[in-house]
Amino acid sequence: MNENDTTEIRGTMSWLQKLLPTKINTEGSKKRSIPEGLWTKCEGCGQILYRGELERNQEVCPKCDHHHRIGARRRLEAFLDAGNRQEIGDEIEPVDALKFRDSKKYKDRLSQAQKATGEKDALVVMQGQLLGMPVIAAAFEFRFMGGSMASVVGERFVRAANAALQNKCPLLCFSASGGARMQEALVSLMQMAKTSAALARLREAGIPFVSVMTDPTMGGVSASLAMLGDINVAEPKALIGFAGPRVIEQTVRETLPEGFQRSEFLLEHGALDMIIDRRELRQRLSGVLSILTRRPAITSP
Amino acid sequence: MNLSFLEFEQPIAELEAKIEELRNIGSDNEINIDAEIKRLETKSKAVTKSIFSSLNAWQISQLARHPQRPYTLDYIEQIFTDFEELHGDRRYADDVAIVGGVARLDGRPVMVVGHQKGRDTAEKVRRNFGMPRPEGYRKALRLMDMAERFGLPVLTFIDTPGAYPGVGAEERGQSEAIALNLRVMSTLKTPVICSVIGEGGSGGALAIGVGDWVLMLQYSTYSVISPEGCASILWKSAGRAAEAAEAMGITSTRLKQLNLIDQIVEEPLGGAHRDPAEMAKRLKSALVDALQRLSATAAPQLVAARYDKLMKFGNFKVA
Repeated sequence: MNENDTTEIRGTMSWLQKLLPTKINTEGSKKRSIPEGLWTKCEGCGQILYRGELERNQEVCPKCDHHHRIGARRRLEAFLDAGNRQEIGDEIEPVDALKFRDSKKYKDRLSQAQKATGEKDALVVMQGQLLGMPVIAAAFEFRFMGGSMASVVGERFVRAANAALQNKCPLLCFSASGGARMQEALVSLMQMAKTSAALARLREAGIPFVSVMTDPTMGGVSASLAMLGDINVAEPKALIGFAGPRVIEQTVRETLPEGFQRSEFLLEHGALDMIIDRRELRQRLSGVLSILTRRPAITSP
Repeated sequence: MNLSFLEFEQPIAELEAKIEELRNIGSDNEINIDAEIKRLETKSKAVTKSIFSSLNAWQISQLARHPQRPYTLDYIEQIFTDFEELHGDRRYADDVAIVGGVARLDGRPVMVVGHQKGRDTAEKVRRNFGMPRPEGYRKALRLMDMAERFGLPVLTFIDTPGAYPGVGAEERGQSEAIALNLRVMSTLKTPVICSVIGEGGSGGALAIGVGDWVLMLQYSTYSVISPEGCASILWKSAGRAAEAAEAMGITSTRLKQLNLIDQIVEEPLGGAHRDPAEMAKRLKSALVDALQRLSATAAPQLVAARYDKLMKFGNFKVA
């Protein structure tokens, strides 16, 4: 599921790029040709951007507003107030219980992903504050095996939900995932039920859950925790859906409509409450959450 | 009955063909060939036993998809009485890839929900090969919610390649439909028993698969992705499906070892399709037992136990 969707996503990215107005259209030449670290090419408009500027802008292109993917930890750092943050569930680490092996051993895939990302698995959870309001926020690390959900993601998510329950504070989750992780087989599928059950408890306790879907949110993650928000939010132009576009194309044997499974498409079809620019997430979600939790309005400094 | 045999069953098929031939000769011939027929029948049974004693995961997944395997409505007919099918999600359509309705199990009122595949080509198409659209899951949800309100236990039957990957299904919120079922099923204040009777295909299966007691017929499968899908992604070739099936451990025996299901219901020799009546009898007896046990528990404890069970799914270490 996960890697399949990842490749599909790449395929659609270039398709999307073709649709977007480009000033410098240099199809085929990847950012490899640009000196690593200093400069980068916007995946949306193709403009050459100063890496530092893009970073300061939370990986959103200052020219065309294209939202590049952002790592889980940087996401949470940018979203939560500075200081007073505490990680939840970081002691939970993956194991290869099935001794799964395809072209590579799962064990090796794990250590490779851990080395590449500095994360133990694909979900990071933080307890912190959003403009002074205590919250629990979780974020998927897409670079860790396509943000795929298996045991550790499920367990950390449940711990996040439990922390929200205990502290009676809102839960937020930023999804970026290809779906369930094949290497943990049916155990991964069961994480869909596990995380959804944890959200049922929050719902009964009257604690809000905000799901922020980012590019991409597919398969088993989309069909469980991500779609269960009291408020369902997406970043602009994120790919969101159950089946991957290539699988659908093979099934229906026709070209998919323009913008299919993008945030704007989902909003139009009633699956989302709103689309929010990454740079406005803090302000707007704290506003909504302060209303849902019946707190006084936050006066911005 | 003209059984269609799978490739790995060819030795059985050959013996059965010989037996058939002898029977035809026997009917218009004086020679007594009964002894020979008997001998071959014994041999056929022994060969079947031997082949079925060491099936691999890929062979089992072929059995799970066998064209003659009993489907949900076949079991409903044999296991329940007073079944009244209830249709539609009250929002958009009636998705016939999922069937459901009220019925009685040994006289006891229950709600039944299951995936439904078609037998001949026309019905296969009509049932969309057992691949539900959001409407199907929403119909299931409506029936399960009704069951809770009227105090009816829910019995689900799982047999699907997966949720339908189509444009309309996405437009109408396939993900949300599945997700909602998972959440609601986890808190239903009534016993929920799920039986995997054929293919347990991913999220499309789980969407009616969250329960207090999950059982699998011996030669059914349950997996996160189809062996072909897994193989084409991880091995870059759908032809390696057999390896993928083995690696994922999609069989009842493996899943029971891993504590992901609660019970295996043994199939008749050669699989459920060889003796559907016997299979239904065994499944019914397992369902009656499970229901009796679960009914003894009050709803709040039942829901709490279901929650604990879900929370235990997962393998990890604590550093």
